Amino acid sequence: MNSIKLWFRKGEPWVWLNAGAVAISVVMVVGLLLLVAVRGLSHFWPHTIIEATYTEPEGGSYTVIGEISDEEWVAASRVRSAGVDIPEDVRVVQRVLIKTGNRDITGLDFRWLLEENLTDVHTPEQVMVVERREWGNFYGYLQAVKEDGQVVASGEQALPALEQRLERALDLHDEIKEIEQGRIGSINYELEQLRLRERRLELNGELDAAAQQNLKAERAALDDRYQALKSELDQLYQAIARDSMVATAMNGEEKEIPLKLVVQYKQPNNMSFFAKVGDYFHQLWLFLSDEPREANTEGGVFPAIFGTVLMVILMSVIVTPFGVVAAVYLREYAKQGPLTRTIRVAVNNLAGVPSIVYGVFGLGFFVYFLGGSLDALFYPEAAPAPVFGTPGLLWASITLALLTLPVVIVATEEGLTRIPKSLREGSLALGATKFETITKVILPMSSPAMMTGLILAIARAAGEVAPLMLVGVVKLAPTLPLDGNFPYLHLERKFMHLGFHIYDVGFQSPNVEAARPLVYATAALLVVVIVVLNLTAIMIRNRLREKYRSLEN
Amino acid sequence: MSEPKIKVKTGESMTAATPPKDLRPGGKTVDMGHEPLSLDNEEICLEVKDFQLYYGEKRALHNINMKIPKKRVTAFIGPSGCGKSTLLRSFNRMNDLVDICRTEGEIIFDDKNIFHRTVDVTDLRRRVGMVFQKPNPFPKSVYENVAYGLRIQGINKKRVLDDRVEWALKGAALWDEVKDRLEDNALGLSGGQQQRLVIARTIAVEPEVLLLDEPCSALDPISTLKVEELINDLKNRYTIVIVTHNMQQAARVSDYTAFMYLGDMVEYKDTDTLFTNPEEKQTEDYITGRYG
Repeated sequence: MNSIKLWFRKGEPWVWLNAGAVAISVVMVVGLLLLVAVRGLSHFWPHTIIEATYTEPEGGSYTVIGEISDEEWVAASRVRSAGVDIPEDVRVVQRVLIKTGNRDITGLDFRWLLEENLTDVHTPEQVMVVERREWGNFYGYLQAVKEDGQVVASGEQALPALEQRLERALDLHDEIKEIEQGRIGSINYELEQLRLRERRLELNGELDAAAQQNLKAERAALDDRYQALKSELDQLYQAIARDSMVATAMNGEEKEIPLKLVVQYKQPNNMSFFAKVGDYFHQLWLFLSDEPREANTEGGVFPAIFGTVLMVILMSVIVTPFGVVAAVYLREYAKQGPLTRTIRVAVNNLAGVPSIVYGVFGLGFFVYFLGGSLDALFYPEAAPAPVFGTPGLLWASITLALLTLPVVIVATEEGLTRIPKSLREGSLALGATKFETITKVILPMSSPAMMTGLILAIARAAGEVAPLMLVGVVKLAPTLPLDGNFPYLHLERKFMHLGFHIYDVGFQSPNVEAARPLVYATAALLVVVIVVLNLTAIMIRNRLREKYRSLEN
Repeated sequence: MSEPKIKVKTGESMTAATPPKDLRPGGKTVDMGHEPLSLDNEEICLEVKDFQLYYGEKRALHNINMKIPKKRVTAFIGPSGCGKSTLLRSFNRMNDLVDICRTEGEIIFDDKNIFHRTVDVTDLRRRVGMVFQKPNPFPKSVYENVAYGLRIQGINKKRVLDDRVEWALKGAALWDEVKDRLEDNALGLSGGQQQRLVIARTIAVEPEVLLLDEPCSALDPISTLKVEELINDLKNRYTIVIVTHNMQQAARVSDYTAFMYLGDMVEYKDTDTLFTNPEEKQTEDYITGRYG
C-alpha cells in the first residue's frame, strides 16, 4: 500500500504516461513514413509476370497474362450479389488484382479474378512487358521485328534485333524531342516576342516602313530556320517510323507495335536478382527525371519536383528580407506601446489563418489586381492574353511568402530579443550608430534565429497545396519555368507541384489502379524533397550557430 | 598615413616605460607621491555642472558638480544603487538608450555641453570610450573585434588596420598573448583577456576619455591585477574614470576619488586624502566598512 503511494508521489505514473505518449507518437510517425515509402517504392520493382488459365464462373475460360498487383479476401455474399455463382457453404473467397495491360486490345488493364478459378499458374521466361507511350503496358510474347513492314528477324533472332533497333528508335526520339521542344520551342518563343514587339510598335504609332521591313526580315530569318528544322524533323519522323515489333497478346491476337511508341521492354521472369536491382534503380531514376505521360498516370514527375523546389526557393528569397525587416522594425525601432503590441498579436494570429484564405487573397489581389495592373501598364501589346494577370509562379511564391511571413517575423524577433544588451552597448560605445550596430552586430548574431524561421516557413510552404491551386499550379505545365530562352526564369508561367500532383493523380485520374502506387511514390518523394530542403537550411543554421555561439555566455 | 606608425612607437614605449609597481601600499607610482595632488593644479577634461538625472519621476542624481582632471585616474566609489554608474554613463550619453531617462544641467567636454543638440552622439562616444562590467567582445575574431570601431569610422585599408590593431593590442598588454590567434573567435579567450580585448577595442579608436564601469568585477584576482596594471599604463595617455565596488582597487589605481551616496556626491578629492582623512562622516563610515 505504502509503496504504491510512494510510487505515485514520486511521479512515476506521469513518467510512464509521458514516455508512452512519446512512444505512440514515434510509432505513428515512423509507421506513416514506412507505409508511404514501402507502398510507393515497391512500385518500381520488376514484378513477376504470370500466365494462367482463368475459368470464368459463368463457364468458359481464357488465358491471362499479367502482374499480380493486389490480393484480398472478400465476403462470398458480395461476390454472389455480383452474379457470381459460389457454393452456399463458402463464406469468404480470395480474389487477386491482375494488371493485364493491353488496354488497346481488351479495354481494361486491371481485372479482379477469383483466385480458386486460376489454374495452371506458371511464369514463362519468354513473356515480355513492353512500356508504351500510348495505351499503357503491353504483355505478351515477342514474335518478330519488322522493318518497313517486312519481317527482318523472328524467333530466336527477334530479341537481339529488337534491342538494337529500340536503341536506335530511342535515340531518334530524343533527337526529335530536342528539336521540337528545344530548338523549335525557342523559335516559337522568338516569333512570339517578335509579334509582341510589332504590336507594341503599332500601339506606340512607331510602326513605320523601316520598322516593318526589319520585323519582316527577322521573321523571314526565323521562318527559314524553322523550315530547315521542319525538314530535318520530317526525316527523323520517317526514320523512327521504320521499325516495329510484332507480339502476341494473351488472347492470341498478334499486335504490331511501332518502335517509336516503345519506351522500354523487359522479360522480368528471365532476370537475375541483380538485374532486377539494376532495373529497380533505373525505374526510380526514370520516375525522378522523366516527364509525366498519359494524364500523369505514367512516366515521371520531374516537372513537379522542379516546380516545387523552385517555388520554395523563390518563396524563401521573398519572405526572408520582408520578415527580417519587419521584425527589426518591430523590435528595434518601433516604440513598444499598445499599438506595437497589437500589431505583434495580429502578426502572430496571421499564422493561424487557413491557407486557402491566402489563396483567395492571392488570386484577388496579386493575380487580378496587381497582375492585371502590371499587364495594363507594361504589356499592353499582349492583350487580350494576360501575362502576369493570370496565376503563375511569381504569384504562387508571393502568396506562400505572405503565408509564411508571420513565422519568419516571430522567429527573428525571438532571436533579436536574445541578443544581450551588453553587445549593443559595446557597439554603441565605440561610436557606432544604431543602424551600424544592427547591421554589423545584431543581424549577424540573430541569423540562426532567422534560419529557424525560414526552416519553419519552408516546412509549411512546401507542403501547402490549397492556395497554390488558385494562384499558379496546374495539372500539366507544357514548359518548365526555367529554360534557355531569355530571360531564363519565366515567373509568369504556370508550374507543377508535387503536392498538387498527388491530389491530381489520386483523385482526378482516369485509371485509379494504375495511379495508386504513384500516389504513394509521389507522397514519399514530397517528404524527401521537404526533408532535403529542411536539412539544407538546418545545416546552414548550424554553421551560423557555431559562428555566433556567444549567446550561451 | 604616417600617424599610426608613430603611435605604434608610442604604444611600445608606453609599455616599456611602465614604472615599477606597488612601491607604496595602495599602488601609487613614485612620481606622484611627493607633492600632494590638488584639483586646482590640474587641467580639466570633463566638468559636471548642476547635473540632475531622472528615471521617470525618480531623481537618480542630485545636483552633481565636479571636475574630472585630464590624464588622471578618477574613481567613483559608493554602495550599490548610489548612482555612480549612472553618472559614468552620462559622460558618453549611454543613458540615452533608456527611454524614460531625462537630464538637467550640463556636462562640459571640450568646451561644449555634451547634451547640446548640435553634439553628434556617435562622435562623443568615440571620444569618450567605455568598458563595461562584463566583458562583451563581439562574436567575431580577435582582430575584427579591435578593428570594429575603426571600420565604423570608414578605415578599411588592410595595412592601416593591421598597424592600428597591433598598436591597440599592445596598448592593452594583450598582444603577446593573442598575436598568434588573431583570427580565432574572441569568445575563446579567458575572461581577463576578453576584458583587456574590450579595452584594446576601445583604445583602438583613440578616445580621449576611458570610462571603466566596474571593469574587474567579473574577473579573478590575477586578471584583476593585470587590468589594474594596464590602467596604470594607460593613464599617461587617457583620462580615466573608473567605477568600482572595491575600495582597495580605488586606492590602488586612482589619483582622485569621489564618494557617492544615494545620488549625491558626498566627497571628492585626491585619493590619499579621501582614504586617510575623509571630511565627511558618511565617507568615513563607508571606507571603514560600517556600511555599504
